[in-house]
This record gives sequence, structure tokens and C-alpha cells, in this order.
Amino acid sequence: MDNQSNALRRPLDVGQQDQLLALLAEMDPQALNWVSGYVAGIAAERSRPLAPRSLPEAAARVLVLYASQTGNGRRVAERLGRSLEAAGLNAQVSTTADFPCRRLNEERIVYFVASTHGDGDAPDDARPLMDYLFSRQAPRLENLTYAVLALGDSSYPKFCEAGRRLDERLAELGARRLAARVDCDVDIEAKASSWLEQSISIARAETGGAAPRLTVVTPLRAAPAPTISRDNPIEVELFVNQRVSARHADHDVRHLELALPEGRMEYEPGDSLGIWVDNPAAAVKRVLELCGLDPSTPVTVDGATHPLRTWLTERREVTRLARSFIEGLASRAEHMELRAWLAPGGIAELRRALKELQVADVLKRFPATWDAESLVRVLHPLSPRLYSIASSRREVGSEAHLTVGVVDYKQDGEARMGAASSQLSALPAGSKLRAYLEPNPRFRLPADGTRDVIMIGPGTGVAPFRGFLQARMADGAPGRNWLIFGGRHRESDFLYQVEWLNAQKKKHLHRLDVAFSRDQAHKIYVQDRMREQGAELFAWLEGGAHLYVCGDAEHMAPDVECALLDIIAEHGKRSADAAREYLAELLAQRRYARDIY
Amino acid sequence: MATLSPIEAVKAHSRGLRGTLVESLTDAPTGSLREQDQHLLRLHGSYQQDDRDVREERRLQKLEPQWRFMVRVRLPAGVCTPAQWLALDALATGLGNSSLRLTTRQTFQFHGIIKHDLKPVMQQINAALLDTIATCGDVNRNVMASSNPIESPAHAQIAECARRLSEHFLPHTRAYHEIWLDGEKLSGSPELEPIYGASYLPRKFKAAIALPPSNDVDIFTQDLGFIAIIEEGRLVGFNLTVGGGMGVTHGDAATNPRLADVAGFLPVEALLSVAEAVVTTQRDFGDRTNRKHARLKYTIEERGLAWLIGEVENRAGLKLSPARAFHFDGNGDRFGWLRALDGTWHRTLRIRAGRIADRPDAPLLTGLRTIARIHRGDFRLTPNQNVTIAGVDIEDRRRIDSFIAHFGMDEAERGTPVSRDALACVALPTCALAMAEAERYLPQLLSHVDAILVRHVLQSEPLILRITGCPNGCARPYVAEVALVGKALGRYNLHVGGDGRGARLNVLYRENIDEAAFLKEFDALVGAWAAERGVGERFGDFLWRTQRLPLAGSAHRAA
Repeated sequence: MDNQSNALRRPLDVGQQDQLLALLAEMDPQALNWVSGYVAGIAAERSRPLAPRSLPEAAARVLVLYASQTGNGRRVAERLGRSLEAAGLNAQVSTTADFPCRRLNEERIVYFVASTHGDGDAPDDARPLMDYLFSRQAPRLENLTYAVLALGDSSYPKFCEAGRRLDERLAELGARRLAARVDCDVDIEAKASSWLEQSISIARAETGGAAPRLTVVTPLRAAPAPTISRDNPIEVELFVNQRVSARHADHDVRHLELALPEGRMEYEPGDSLGIWVDNPAAAVKRVLELCGLDPSTPVTVDGATHPLRTWLTERREVTRLARSFIEGLASRAEHMELRAWLAPGGIAELRRALKELQVADVLKRFPATWDAESLVRVLHPLSPRLYSIASSRREVGSEAHLTVGVVDYKQDGEARMGAASSQLSALPAGSKLRAYLEPNPRFRLPADGTRDVIMIGPGTGVAPFRGFLQARMADGAPGRNWLIFGGRHRESDFLYQVEWLNAQKKKHLHRLDVAFSRDQAHKIYVQDRMREQGAELFAWLEGGAHLYVCGDAEHMAPDVECALLDIIAEHGKRSADAAREYLAELLAQRRYARDIY
Repeated sequence: MATLSPIEAVKAHSRGLRGTLVESLTDAPTGSLREQDQHLLRLHGSYQQDDRDVREERRLQKLEPQWRFMVRVRLPAGVCTPAQWLALDALATGLGNSSLRLTTRQTFQFHGIIKHDLKPVMQQINAALLDTIATCGDVNRNVMASSNPIESPAHAQIAECARRLSEHFLPHTRAYHEIWLDGEKLSGSPELEPIYGASYLPRKFKAAIALPPSNDVDIFTQDLGFIAIIEEGRLVGFNLTVGGGMGVTHGDAATNPRLADVAGFLPVEALLSVAEAVVTTQRDFGDRTNRKHARLKYTIEERGLAWLIGEVENRAGLKLSPARAFHFDGNGDRFGWLRALDGTWHRTLRIRAGRIADRPDAPLLTGLRTIARIHRGDFRLTPNQNVTIAGVDIEDRRRIDSFIAHFGMDEAERGTPVSRDALACVALPTCALAMAEAERYLPQLLSHVDAILVRHVLQSEPLILRITGCPNGCARPYVAEVALVGKALGRYNLHVGGDGRGARLNVLYRENIDEAAFLKEFDALVGAWAAERGVGERFGDFLWRTQRLPLAGSAHRAA
């Protein structure tokens, strides 16, 4: 837009413009941003038609949330719900188990009926909500008004403890208490009835008159901060580090929840998060010892000067081996075996070494004389680790969830150190991580929500599909969702099992097939389940389904593709070549997408 | 009219207990059954449970609970052959958690079965000529009979009566065979249930036969009881008892334990018709709207004993005669070798909390397996969670003794009387209802109790102590002289004042106390007992005589 056209469209006369410019000249950027929102709000208000308007639904709704162990809480809550309805209010009754915790800050009036059992514990159904409210993720609840009816048994020392904790926590989070908490003993009626009556009249008062509607405007954004990128990562806080494989599982798998900066890392399901992880001090020390070098030696490489320890900790790979390092080592020391790895016929040996050995192993096996600079030059630059994001912003807001399989391999009986995943797995909540967004536009949900989706993701390959399903649920996408998951044992490796089962129960996940390789005498993998369901799978593809594969690139992905080709050939009555063409066409249409590693 | 409890509809619409069990069993993503099938499964003899020690951990791990199944065998009178013992042992070792648990209703339970293995377990039990039908759920459960080894001819008769009762009340549906044993699939409408009807009973139903002078079956805690009357060495009939029951709900004043009433006498040949009359009366009049109020005891409390007797007499087509005299001298077991009237020998082994497993100091599972391989009589599980090696020839005694000594199987029976007679239910981590520990806590509890008794030099006195993890009363706590009933982790209600013969209810003495408070209270009461007791006076009797108990429902039955 050039100046002239700008001037033509400007709705102010010259005098107004001067006044405005004079005013603006005195303001700092923060004030300018505020004004932008303020003015936009006024504009929005003035352009609204004057006819009486109905309140938005969330504002008028009264939510009754109950957590019940024996059914008493449910009964009281349902009674309240019926009474509220009878009083002409829009009431909704829900168990805390079914209520998405993160939506609490969208509610305006919530009545809680909270029972206590055992030694002051909340009922099982309330635990997700309580955990959330007492976690670092707990939201500010300034818009929420509430009242708590606590149920308990006064013969227990911690009478009505769960209700009390809930009541106090909500107030701490900024919610406004509509009425003092009432604690009921086993004789619930005695106190519940008057609480119910009081609640109804309060709710009526709160929703009765048309509450002044708050003007909601989005202020113009502050000038974007420098772009977050691989080389310019941002520090993000780790909220949750939760093991999600059972205690006897063969693998430790972690579910991480990270706080992303608001509005600056707007990922889509399918994207990855890059994480920079320093090398562990023990691994650095071992390399230094094997090379006999002083960690404080300053080293200048490519114009940057750091002590050797810093290079090895933050800038160079000291766990993963690279071919360039093997070559560097071979040039400094005469070792037949090393030469053989690099010879044209040694590729298999070299590949094995790269996979199984760490830098220290090779330094120990093939001694050489090192100076600090040479070492830094020949070591591979440290690279960040990429993890598929396992959440949707539609569900978790500005958080990103990751599913991290902890690589914990052993070599020669020695525990290996330093895999980034094992570093991550040891981090306590509250730790800071350097992260950036790595978009993956080739691995996206269909824009058309009516399309069916087939997701094949054994092990941690299931991560993006958790985000996919969250997004499809949040969008109310009418297409069907089919997950094929695999692992070793159902009881210990079924990642996010409870979420899948719930989604299945609520008909958000329409098919769920699982392959647990070691739960029976013969091994069963995802590709076996695909073949069993071949007719159905092909019918979905013919109906326009998108098919996604995520996980191991070495064995799983080729096996799955092979099964896919067989299914297309068999059920599509095609030759092998025609099946390949069919799959190529799917790929071209981006209906066959893979995120494999 | 109050609405029926939801489980009534589940039963009524189950097509003879089939429901969708077959689909539930093959539902691969979960180790659980569908909710309605979980109710139906009980009538097939199994409960779905989870390991509560890892429940919270797994919730955080976003994994479903560690579902496991308890499977309970039907074993009328607790009698089984050595071959059956070996088959059940193999099952526990192969598919269970390497333990057999003896219940307070004289049968075996397996714990730790996964869904995938349920069917093989049922098939293996069937191969041992046993089944699990109707051992849980709203039906007549395993029928008990005194394990009295002395009166062996009479015992044989009442064991046979227990077997007949058990079979008479088996559901007629073929669902069990169809689902578990690959029997023929139902075509058409489900089988009629001539006794139960389509909705079965309103609640569990427990029946037992007592052979005085032993009241080991705690006859007054049973819905339906028969006290065998022996005259001149011959079983002439039974005194009928009705309306006993232990289960209560904390904080619910409408629930209470109740001792059965003695309703009258019937001849042996009327056993089945009278039993069926009681069962069908409860079927028709039991409260199907409130499961906490659905046992026969409440039907009698509301309608009166005379009404019930009239109803039973009408249905059975006979008049009960006045009850005959009987006497009970205790409800515990007798340990060590006993010679029966028929000349055979019996040895009852103490199994603490009924748990037969290989502990380092006492490899009970291996030991009993070894005995089962050479034993030529049978085994009898007692109502006190013990096992009797029954019908041993004199020449086999020494060999069995050597096994018992070798495997340390007599260690528990050398303990104090209180530790020998104590009962504990399964509770944590297995039972879904448990609020507090029971079986796992019993050894520690007994060591404290023993220490107090030693301090007052009463360690040789008999004393009935029972502990349950919840108020439902599987270990029949409300007739014990001392009972702890779980309220929360580490907290119990203390009941005292039972009579040691199962004929008097104890009373709630302290509510919701921890171990330290219990030991203090118990020490004070035992101190008083030591100082003021009459000759041979039992603990519970002493507390009553000296009026140390609150005046609560002081029910007791002439015994």
C-alpha cells in the first residue's frame, strides 16, 4: 500500500490526524499496543446493532460438576441440576471425570459437589481435575464464580478435606466464591437442602439480568520478537515429566508437557519440536580423560572461542558417532580395523559401529594423540533432537506435549550415557529446555474434516496421532478415525491407553486395533493387523481416507508399506505394479504420509 | 414405587447370564470386561479386580488399571480329592499368582488371572471335575458344612447334603458351558430358571450346615442354615436357621449385621423343599431396589419371622416342628491328629489367612502338593481358612508328618490360640471394596496382640480375632470376640464382645482408630480381663458380664 492510496482512504481530517499523531508521539510501544486494542474495542461496540442481544451461551450456563465415589455426590448434583432447570436456568450436570479440565477457565458459574473418601482423598473421578488445579499448569480463574458443597464422614479425621482443598484452591486461582462452602456429614440432607436452595437463588441473580458483556478484542500484536529457530531456540519450561510405560515395561517412555510462549510457536499436529540437550558432564569428562586434555583450554574454531569443556558440552556430539570423526581419527592413528571400516567393503562394519558405539568407545579402542583444537574440529557439531508433538493446541492451548522413548542401551556391560532422551527423562518439572518449532507440512490432517483418517503408529510413533485425534475432536470433524497401535505388551506398553479407550467409548475413535508382539506365543505386528483388516482398510482408502504412518524407519515402515501394497493388490484386484501406482497416487495426493525416523 | 437397582436390569436382559461376555473377552485393547459383563461374570464364579498397589501409578501413566480376575471354585462342604488339589495347584502356578487362597466359605480362590487366561482357567477347572458356577453374584453361593472330622459318618452325610443343596440351586442356564467350555451355542430363547427366574436373587445368598458341637460354619451368620440334629448316632433332621448376615455399610444406619433366627425343625427328607421355599421367598420378597438392603435378613426384619415361617411352610407344604435341642462349644478348628469314629485319622493344618504360597520359611504350596501326591484320603477346607488332611490310614501318618515337618507346615499351628483362630479377608491390594489392609497386616497385628496377651499372661487362652478390610464382613467379623473392620488405610472400627461360639454379635467399641489406639484399648481391656475374670471365662463373656460394653444391639442366640 503506497502513501497516496493510504492518504485517500484515511478517514481523518488533517486536524484530527495532527492531534492523534501528537498524542501517539508520547507513547511507548506498550501503550501503543494497548491503545490499538482499546480503539478496536470501541469500534466493535459502535458497529454492533442496537437490538437486544441474547447472552452468549457460556455466560448463561450454570455448570454442576460432581465427584462421587458412592453415588451420593451424583444424586445431589443431579438434584441441583433439575432444580436449576426448573428455575428456568441453563444447567448442565457433569462428573469431573468427563469434564475437560482445561476448559474450566471458560466457565462462568460452576457448582461443585465434592465428596471425600479414605484419608481425606478426592474420589478417583476428581483426581485429574485436582491434579490439574494443583499443578503448574493451573490457570487463572478470574472469570469463574463458584460454590462448593463438600460431602464427607465426620468420623474420619480429614472430614470433607477434598471439598475444602478444592474450595481454597479455586479462590487462590482467582475465582470468586458465590457462597461459603458447606460441609455435609453422612446425613447429607440436613445441610444439602438449604445449600441447594441458596445456590438456585444465587444462580438466578448471577444470570438473571443481562450481564454487561465484556468487549473482547484482540489487540494488535507487539512487534514480533526475533524468530525462534533452530539456531535461535527459546527457553521453555517443562511442566510435566510423566512415565507412561508401566513399571515392568521393557522401555521407559516419557510424556512431557512443555509451556510454549503464547502466540510464538503455533504448531499444528504433525509438527515436531526440536530440543537442544547438553551432553552429560560424565560423557564430556570421559572424552577429556581419554584424550588427556585440559577442559579449560580455550579453543577457537570458525571464529568462536570457548573453553574446550564448553565446546564438548554444548557444541559437539560426544555420544553419537559420525563418519567424519572416524575419518579424523583414522588420519591421526594407524589402526588396521579403523582403515577397514572406511574401506569400500567395510560399510556394514562401519554402520554397526555408528549405531552401537559412542565417541568414548572409539577413543578408548583406538588411542591417538590429540590437541584440543583438532578434537573440536573433527567432532560432529551437536544437533538438536526432534520429537513429534503429541498434542493439539485446540486441546492444550499453548502447551506442547511430547512422547519420548528413552534410549537406554548397554555396550560391553557398561551403561551408555548421554542419549538426549535419557537426559530428558531425568529432568524434574520446572526445568528449562531450549526448543524451537520444526514444522512438518507434509504430515498434516486433511483440511477436509469429513475425510476418514487411518493412523498407524506403534510405540512412540503414536505421538502425532494423539495430537491428530485431539484436533479432530476439537474441530468436531465428522470423518472417522482409525488407530492401529503396536507394542510389546498391552499391560505395560500401550501408550495413552486410557485416552484411546475413552475416545473409543465416546465414538471419537471409530476403530482401534492393537498388535502386542509378546502377549502370545507368536509375534503379531501392526502390519499383521492391517492384513487382517485388509478389506476394511482398502474400503476406507477407496472412500478417500488419508493414511499416516509414524515411527521406526528401519523395519516398521517398510513392513507396513509392503502390507499396504499387498492389501491394495488383493482387495483392489490389481497387479503388483498397479498397486504401486495406486500408492504413488495416494502419496501425490498427500493421502499417504509418513513421519519415520 | 422405588426403582429397581440397575443391576436388576443387567441380570434380566442378560439372556441367561450371557450378556456380551464373548465379545468382552475378545476385546483386545483392554484387559477389562464391559461394565455389564463384569456383573454377569460374577455368577460364573469370577470377579474383575485390579492391583490397587499400582492403581494410582498407572492412572498417572495413562494406563488402565492392572485388571486381574479372581476365580472361585464351587466346592460344597470344602471337600476335594488329592487329584483335584494337584490340578488346582498346577493352575495357580501356571496361570495365577502362584498361590491358592482358602476362603472363609471353604473353597479355593485364584488371584491374578488375566482376561486372556480366563477361559483356559475355566477349562482346566472343568478338567478336574470341578466348576465355578454361582460362586459369586446374586445366587446361592458355595454351600458350607462343618468340617468336623470326629463325627466322620455324620460328616459324610452333611457333606452330601451340602452337595445336594449346591446342585439343586445351580442356575439352569447353559451359558457357562457355552462361553467357557465351547458348548453348543444357544439357539432361540434362553433357558428358563425354575428356581431363580430371569433376575436371579436380589443379592448374594449364603447357606451352610452345622454339625454341633462345632459351629465352625458360623451358622448364625448365614442367610440359610441347617443345624444337624444327631440322635443315637443317626442324622434325624435339622433345625432351620434364617436371616443371618454380616454385611453393613459404614455410616448407613439402615444396615446392620444380624444373627439368624432358629425357625424350627425339619426331617432330613424335607431339606431341599424347605431350602427352596426359603430361596424363592427371598426371590419374591427381597428388596430389589437397594442392594445394601437386599439380603434375607432385611426381608425378615421388615416382615417378621412368623410371616417368613408361614411363607416357607406354604411353599414347602409342611409344618416345621419345634426346634430340637443343640449345643455349640466353639467356632474354631481343632489342630493336630484326631482319630475319627470310623478309625481314620485327620490332621488340620493352620493356614494363616488361608494363603497357600511358597514363603521362604514355609513353602506351603510345595508342601501340600507333595502330600497330595501320596495322600489316599481327601482334603477338607475348613470355614476357618485351614485345611484338613482327612481320612488318613494309621500307616500313612508318619510319612505325612515328615512332610509337614520338612516343609515347615506346622509352624503356624504352634502359635497362640488367638493366632491360630484369627481370620482375615483378602483386602488390599486385590479386593476392590477394601478400605484398609487385612490379610497383609494380619501377621503384624497378631505379633502386637500376642505381646499384650503375654504381658497379662493370657497367651494360652482362646480368643477369636478377625479383621476385614471393609464392613461387608467376608471374615464374619461381627461374631468375633475382637474384630477390626477397615475404614481407611490404617484405620479401623473396633468391635468386641462376641462369645467365641458364633452365637452373639459383638458391639462397636471404638470408631475409626489407628493401630496405636487399638493396642492401647485392647491392652486396657485385656488388663481388666486378667484381673477380674472368672475361672475359664472368655474375653467376650467377661466384657458382657462386667458391663464394659455400650448397650448396642445385644443380639445373641441360645447355643
